[in-house]
Amino acid sequence: MAEKKQFQKGKMVPVPSVSIIPERDLGKTPVLECSHLGIDFGGLTAVNEFNITVGRTEIAGLIGPNGAGKTTVFNLLTKVYQPTRGTILLDGMDTHGKTPAQINRMGVARTFQNIRLFNNLSVEDNVKIGLHNQERYSMFSGILRLPRYWRQEKAAHERALELLSIFDMQDLADHQAGSLPYGAQRRLEIVRALATNPSLLLLDEPAAGMNPSETAELMENIVKIRDTFQIAIMLIEHDMSLVMGICEGICVLNFGQIIAKGTAEEIQSNPVVIEAYLGKQQ
Amino acid sequence: MKKINKNARSGFLNYGIVTAAFAAIQILLLVQKQVRVTLVSNTLQSLLVPACCYIVMAVSLNLTVGVLGELSLGHAGFMSLGAFSGIVASFLLADAVPFVPLRLALSMVVGAVFGALGGVIVGVPVLRLQGDYLAIVTLAFGQIIKNIIMVLYVGVDGKGFHVALSSDRFNLEPDGTAIIKGPMGAVGVQKLASFTAGFVLILITLLVVQNLVNSRSGRAIMALRDNRIAAESVGINTTKYKLMAFVTSAALAGAAGALFGLNYSSTVAAKFDFNTSILVLVFVVLGGLGSIRGSIIAAALLYVLPELLRQFDIAEYRMLIYAVVLILVMLATNNDRLKALVGRVIPGRKGAAANG
Amino acid sequence: MSFLNNVITGVSLGSIYAIIALGYTMVYGIAKMLNFAHGDVIMVGAYVCFFAMGSFHLPPVAGVVLAVLVCTVLGMAIERLAYKPLRAAPSLAVLITAIGVSYFLQNSAQLLWGAATKVFTPIVGTSGNSSLELIPGQLSISYVAVLSIVCCIVVMVGLTLFTGQTKLGKAMRACSEDKGAAQLMGIDVNATISMTFAIGSALAALAGVLMCSAYPTLSPTTGSLPGIKAFTAAVFGGIGSVPGALLGGILLGVIEIFAGAYVSTDLSDAVVFAVLIIVLLVRPAGLLGRYVPEKV
Repeated sequence: MAEKKQFQKGKMVPVPSVSIIPERDLGKTPVLECSHLGIDFGGLTAVNEFNITVGRTEIAGLIGPNGAGKTTVFNLLTKVYQPTRGTILLDGMDTHGKTPAQINRMGVARTFQNIRLFNNLSVEDNVKIGLHNQERYSMFSGILRLPRYWRQEKAAHERALELLSIFDMQDLADHQAGSLPYGAQRRLEIVRALATNPSLLLLDEPAAGMNPSETAELMENIVKIRDTFQIAIMLIEHDMSLVMGICEGICVLNFGQIIAKGTAEEIQSNPVVIEAYLGKQQ
Repeated sequence: MKKINKNARSGFLNYGIVTAAFAAIQILLLVQKQVRVTLVSNTLQSLLVPACCYIVMAVSLNLTVGVLGELSLGHAGFMSLGAFSGIVASFLLADAVPFVPLRLALSMVVGAVFGALGGVIVGVPVLRLQGDYLAIVTLAFGQIIKNIIMVLYVGVDGKGFHVALSSDRFNLEPDGTAIIKGPMGAVGVQKLASFTAGFVLILITLLVVQNLVNSRSGRAIMALRDNRIAAESVGINTTKYKLMAFVTSAALAGAAGALFGLNYSSTVAAKFDFNTSILVLVFVVLGGLGSIRGSIIAAALLYVLPELLRQFDIAEYRMLIYAVVLILVMLATNNDRLKALVGRVIPGRKGAAANG
Repeated sequence: MSFLNNVITGVSLGSIYAIIALGYTMVYGIAKMLNFAHGDVIMVGAYVCFFAMGSFHLPPVAGVVLAVLVCTVLGMAIERLAYKPLRAAPSLAVLITAIGVSYFLQNSAQLLWGAATKVFTPIVGTSGNSSLELIPGQLSISYVAVLSIVCCIVVMVGLTLFTGQTKLGKAMRACSEDKGAAQLMGIDVNATISMTFAIGSALAALAGVLMCSAYPTLSPTTGSLPGIKAFTAAVFGGIGSVPGALLGGILLGVIEIFAGAYVSTDLSDAVVFAVLIIVLLVRPAGLLGRYVPEKV
């Protein structure tokens, strides 16, 4: 809490990023501010000088060729890897030395490129595990089944079904998560992440393996989630129709460095980006 | 897509099975008294309390291996801690608490506390390790406990309570009583254990384990088993919940150990060695990982049957048969063709983890 | 001088542990399984040598060769019958099977050869004096100890050359890295695993004979504690690493002898295991092991 005082609400968003912060979010503390973020593996610099600011209700895109370090950025933001240098501020609070679990409690939830569900548990339990930190009863209330347990379990059950209904999955609640079809697993991961009540949602290739109509539906749902929950969403995606369709600010990464930042139109016409994707024109 | 049935009903069924088995044996014992026909042999009667202990051991180990998903090869170490601390407690409480069931209960609580302490001591540093490394450290811990209790001397005399780690330093007054005498173990133990106590302990164990599994904490533990990185990403404190499962498991093993120790007039530390840990692990694996009911049934059958075989001519082949059966069961249950066959006969058999 | 004597005893005991641990480590590296039956192969090797020398009056060398041959076949048979069908099974099922095999070997030995402890005749140093005086009356080294250390060095050098230089050795390393990829490169994975068990079991037989020469009692459970300790040594050095097994084995032997000499004989095992726990806490993958974090 003490750290938060240093960063007053209403602080202006730094100038270089203004172009990609939606106007409605200006004048509010950004949900995420990275400065000079970087990590080395052995002697290899995987990400360097990563600076980004994400507004409170922004949908931001992180794109780049394979191996550019996009997932590594997510792993840095969630402290799966500890950054070698630089700072990450969440809601203006420093995240130095925090664990992945603490980062989640600070309001960052994520999905994974290679789906990571709790495969042996039911769909509902997967979501309830997301609700873990919002349920407040001790191990003993649980074992002794005190009234607190019943009350909170009932609330968790209802909340889980409510969240599942975002993707129309409430009928799958009793199914084993690992046995769901691929697309449903991806959606369940998003629901589970949302259950943790985040202010920033990180989606790692949410449309991977989806056909165009599923992707279109997913796009609508991402926007719907942002509108309903009033949260920021940052996504890594290779499907350009999705990125260009819904992302307000896009950041292009190549060889661990940001090579361009801007709106969809700016990125599409940026020669450096085209070169990174297609190679130098002869 | 597979449906998962709800846990509550299957939990109640477990209480039912245990109660029914207890009632049936008690009725047989009563009838036997009246009509003087042997319905439950003396051998079988002597196996009732240890069988209860092993059921508790299996269910509690299942919490570590099946629910938390960490291999422990030192579960007997916690049983040992519980047995010897329980024996000492019952001895010290002999005058203060003359009422036997209460003294037994208190001794079991002491056993559970010492088991839990052992769990914390091993768990805090060790749960950072993963997989086979955790297994080897639990194994090492079991050996250390056994070794230390083999040289442990505990006794009481006019001057008070004495604890020493060698016979030379054990200065007991001539009027004093030694409770634990190094390699000879605990001697002259007052046998307080009863089948009813064993039954109650099983019920408590079921209550603790089943309710824990179906609560917020239990879900967190299973989340760690299924995918640690995803569990951390939704804000679950890895160390806390690993430790919770591990220590609960150790405490229950300690209580079982206390009951076990108070069932015999003497107990040696070698009783709780690596082989005992393995024996319990076999119960858990054969009963099915995560299946509480499987652990109960496997522990009861696999403990009692080989013991009963002792009376017959094949006694010397007993362990050989056990070994062969063990290998064959493992080969059969992991045979794909056989699995497919079972899958066709009983649909929905697979994926029953953590539902018993 | 007692210090130096302890070092010598420790290193020779450690050499035996190292030979057993090498077998453990190779099998773990390639089959990713804890082969708890490994310790009992030691015991079988010792019995074979015992009867070859005692009942059939073969020379010690023939006894050792016979023990190695029998155990090699035994190891391959165990792998073929019990472990191979479980290659895709969960590791716990394989572990329980290995324990089943261990019980099977122990109880078969008990039925075949009786539960009574047999006194093993050392394979060297039986005629006249059994040890080499380095400083007369003060420092000596038994011939068995010399032989153990020499064997350990030979085995170590041999294995390093084998895994590094030969085609089969490279196949073994490839299989322990990635079985699927090795198979795609035309390596016969099953034959390679079988060969690993053969080598491991042959080493176990050698270790069994050496151990029973140094500590001449033999019973059906002789192998289990050294088996567990050698496993500990393998973990100590970093399981899957050949130099790690050597280092772990020697250190374990030295620690055990020193704990027995300076702490208490009854607690020497406890000290050994306590040191293991501490080492693992500081280096979670053992002394020479590689820690590979999970990829996200």
